[in-house]
Amino acid sequence: MRLSYPTNVKIIKVPCTGRVDIILILKAFENGADGACLVGCLEGDCHYLVGNMRARKRVEYLKHILDECGIGGERVAMYNLSSAEGQHFAEVAREMTDKIRNLGPSPAKQTAVRKI
Amino acid sequence: MIVANRKPFEEIIAMLKPYSKILLLGCNECVTVCATGGSKEVAVLASEVRLYRQKESKPVEIKEVTLERNCDPEYLESLKPFIHDYEVVMSMACGCGIQFVGEHYRDRLVLPAINTTFEGVTEEHGVWAERCQGCGNCVLDRTLGICPVTRCAKSIFNGPCGGSQGGKCEVDKDLPCAWQLIVDRHKEMNMMDKYLEIQPMKDWSTSRDGGPRKRVREDLKI
Repeated sequence: MRLSYPTNVKIIKVPCTGRVDIILILKAFENGADGACLVGCLEGDCHYLVGNMRARKRVEYLKHILDECGIGGERVAMYNLSSAEGQHFAEVAREMTDKIRNLGPSPAKQTAVRKI
Repeated sequence: MIVANRKPFEEIIAMLKPYSKILLLGCNECVTVCATGGSKEVAVLASEVRLYRQKESKPVEIKEVTLERNCDPEYLESLKPFIHDYEVVMSMACGCGIQFVGEHYRDRLVLPAINTTFEGVTEEHGVWAERCQGCGNCVLDRTLGICPVTRCAKSIFNGPCGGSQGGKCEVDKDLPCAWQLIVDRHKEMNMMDKYLEIQPMKDWSTSRDGGPRKRVREDLKI
């Protein structure tokens, strides 16, 4: 569709958001990420039936963990989109970028060591 | 299995404050099943502590190790090559495991990352409930599989008390009365005559009160 969205959004493809374990997102924050969002299928439309529901619950738990360690649960979010919704995805990317920009860089960033 | 909860993060971080090289130990048995101290939970806690300490500009090095069990000496041997490279050990194993590591490595301080709570079962995915208090004198044959020591709030032995209302315990409206469950089970299995048998007094001398218990099998001692 040739829509543009902010260049600071790095996309990592997974077969289903249900595959995402919270440790993966925590590692992203350890490596210097300022925010993370999971974009999963619309509820009821998951190819693997309930993968996106599991991801939602994990994101809720992760918010609590990030609040605990002082990074902030607002830095992580879950969105439900259909893979046909290109326009909506661009909006989500913009919305997330704005939100994280307002929150500022991740507090863990100053001494984050990037592991290759 | 033994069911436990992770300690509040503030407690953990306070315990770890003086240290910058930490060995975080997990266990592959009970605490894995109740999603408290297995390798996944060790990874998450290590990540949380690292993030917090990065934020505080006091970075920390954490080695994550999950042993098969922490309550058998053979497994603890595997820690020998590196346990002394770390200032402190924090364990996500149950209270038994936490103590045992300290007993085997007498110069190591072992900190608890979890609160060990009860012996229980998985009622459904993500829900664990207490079933046994280790009284040492099992009466489950007499109560058709429902433990009056554990499931009755007062651990009484002669039928429901006056607080049993509508099948629920007066302690909590969601808690079924154990004796109601026992009577219902007798009815379900058509064994009400067994319920009316006079039972002898329970021997509590095998219970926890009176000091830590021990069991020995001479034929197994090397």
